[in-house]
Amino acid sequence: MTFSERMKNPVAAAALIAGLVFVGPAQAVEELNALVWCDHTDPKLIEPFEKQFGVKVNLKEYEGTGNALAIVEQSKPGDWDVFVIDGVDVPRVADAGLLAEISRDQIPMGDIFPQVRMEDVTVRGGKMYAVMEKFGYNVIAYNKTKVDPADMRDLAVLWSDKYKGRIAVYDYYIPVMDLVALKMGMKPSDIAAGKLPAMKAELFKLKENSSMVGEVVASTTALATGEADILVGGGEWAVSVMQAENPDLDWVLPDQGGILWSQSLAIFSASKKKGLALEFVKYVMSPEGQARLATSSCFWGMPANRRAGEVLTAAEKASLRWDEQDKFLAKSHRYFVPDSELDGKMLDVWTEFLQH
Amino acid sequence: MTPAAPGPGRGDARGWGLLAPALLWTVAFFAMPLGVMGVYSLWRRVGMTVVTDFGLANYVDFFAKSFFVESLINSLEVTVVVTVVSVLLAYPLAWILAERVPPRWQRLALILAILPFWTSYVVRSYSWLLVLSEGGILSGWLQALGVVDGPVSFANNRGATVIGFVHFFVMLLTLTIYANLVQLPANYRKAAADLGAGPVRAFIHVILPLTLPGIMVGAFLTFVLCIGDYITPQILGGGRELLLPQAIVMQISRRSDFPMASAMAMILMAVVSLVYVGFARWLKLERV
Repeated sequence: MTFSERMKNPVAAAALIAGLVFVGPAQAVEELNALVWCDHTDPKLIEPFEKQFGVKVNLKEYEGTGNALAIVEQSKPGDWDVFVIDGVDVPRVADAGLLAEISRDQIPMGDIFPQVRMEDVTVRGGKMYAVMEKFGYNVIAYNKTKVDPADMRDLAVLWSDKYKGRIAVYDYYIPVMDLVALKMGMKPSDIAAGKLPAMKAELFKLKENSSMVGEVVASTTALATGEADILVGGGEWAVSVMQAENPDLDWVLPDQGGILWSQSLAIFSASKKKGLALEFVKYVMSPEGQARLATSSCFWGMPANRRAGEVLTAAEKASLRWDEQDKFLAKSHRYFVPDSELDGKMLDVWTEFLQH
Repeated sequence: MTPAAPGPGRGDARGWGLLAPALLWTVAFFAMPLGVMGVYSLWRRVGMTVVTDFGLANYVDFFAKSFFVESLINSLEVTVVVTVVSVLLAYPLAWILAERVPPRWQRLALILAILPFWTSYVVRSYSWLLVLSEGGILSGWLQALGVVDGPVSFANNRGATVIGFVHFFVMLLTLTIYANLVQLPANYRKAAADLGAGPVRAFIHVILPLTLPGIMVGAFLTFVLCIGDYITPQILGGGRELLLPQAIVMQISRRSDFPMASAMAMILMAVVSLVYVGFARWLKLERV
């Protein structure tokens, strides 16, 4: 059972929380509290850091920046030290004063893929508040024995009847609506209230062609069990971790382009252990840390530090489509970040899509 | 001189004292959270902040948007089907346990009946996914038996959600109905037979009415737990339709819109309260 599943079980969640609350303060060893995505919960990533510094890293997994901010809001200042956060959400969190500056000279900035440094979001007023650690794509994942891989390079085929009933859709409205925009010949940043009726029609057609719409576990399970042959919104994050057991699963960025997801590492401004937190950031950004993070047992993704390629195996790099990254990055668009009003309208359209 | 009998005031104080823990518990963990949620539901999320002006905008929004109302209707439909199917399956099972299984085996039979409760709810739902999916056990059996030519999927739809729920709630209902059945004196059946009633007539006119409280308590618990459940439709429903708890979670997980989610939860609460009123005449624990 994964951590997220344990947290969905109220009894197990209560036990875990009780453990964190009551056992934590009694530990003599220094502790670092990190609010993370599930890929950081892999012991393969965390244990080398704990051993090197003789500390304990307490990890709290979350999904969605909104949920993370709710956790922070309900905590005391200083409770949290490290924050793994969606790249596009860094500005609003930094502007809220929650993040501490990270000195550029502590981070191997020159080794980070230039296209994912994203200093326009990590730097505010000349100060860097986060560093990109991992990225990937919301594109098309598929079973190459069940579909023609050449078809998967064209988004339009998903709207034809060729694979009707064989499609799963990732249940996250922002990247999938961004993909719909690409299919319609728009950039994600062109999405506006006036475009939503046409996008809704496209989504309804996609729903009619699909067999299911599910979140991470459900949609990847559909692909793994043969319930679906194509996952719209999937990518290396959905299939690479399963390729050892099921080499038929693959992913590709369509000709129309793809949606770039990115996650970054930040340090809370209220942290009382900023030094240790910075060491953690430096460790994760090292080639070894990056390779471990890229191939985490929860999900895989491209390491932001290109020197991780020196540590990753050839098979791991092939699974991540390492050699196609320059081409993929050139054709990728970041997650569209709508204002609150448009965000509400997009979620309404998505709710209608689910209900269709 | 006789000792003074405890006056009504002292008895009341003792009663309140004994009641206090339960009362405090209910106030702290039910009334107060419900009150907070009620207040939240009257606020409004504007931009990234919650505006604390009171109003009914969230409730108006809910009923103005057809997909929200549809999610409520979906929830009611699924819950009614699950409750009815569970009762229909649980009653014969409870009757067999109470009437046909020898008393020395009843304890073991009951343990076997509640075994599904010992597994995690999430794991159980995912297990059903593996049974019902296209590459799953059921599809394999049907192909092996020649019933179907190729793989067939029973997952990711309302039927799968209903199966997942029924598997869980049949056991709950079996327990409440069984508890009711074993309390019935055997003389009632003999008396009905003496008066000329056959087994079917005796069941319809004597046994069934006397076990209605057990059925209704179980059915009400099934209704309440089912209509508020998020996990099962999320895992087994395949996103083919939204039930109200899923729509509520979307408001929180996607937009952190706690006021809207609170309003939707209050509407769900109102539906459950209305159902309680309908069930109230049977919901007397001493009759179960």
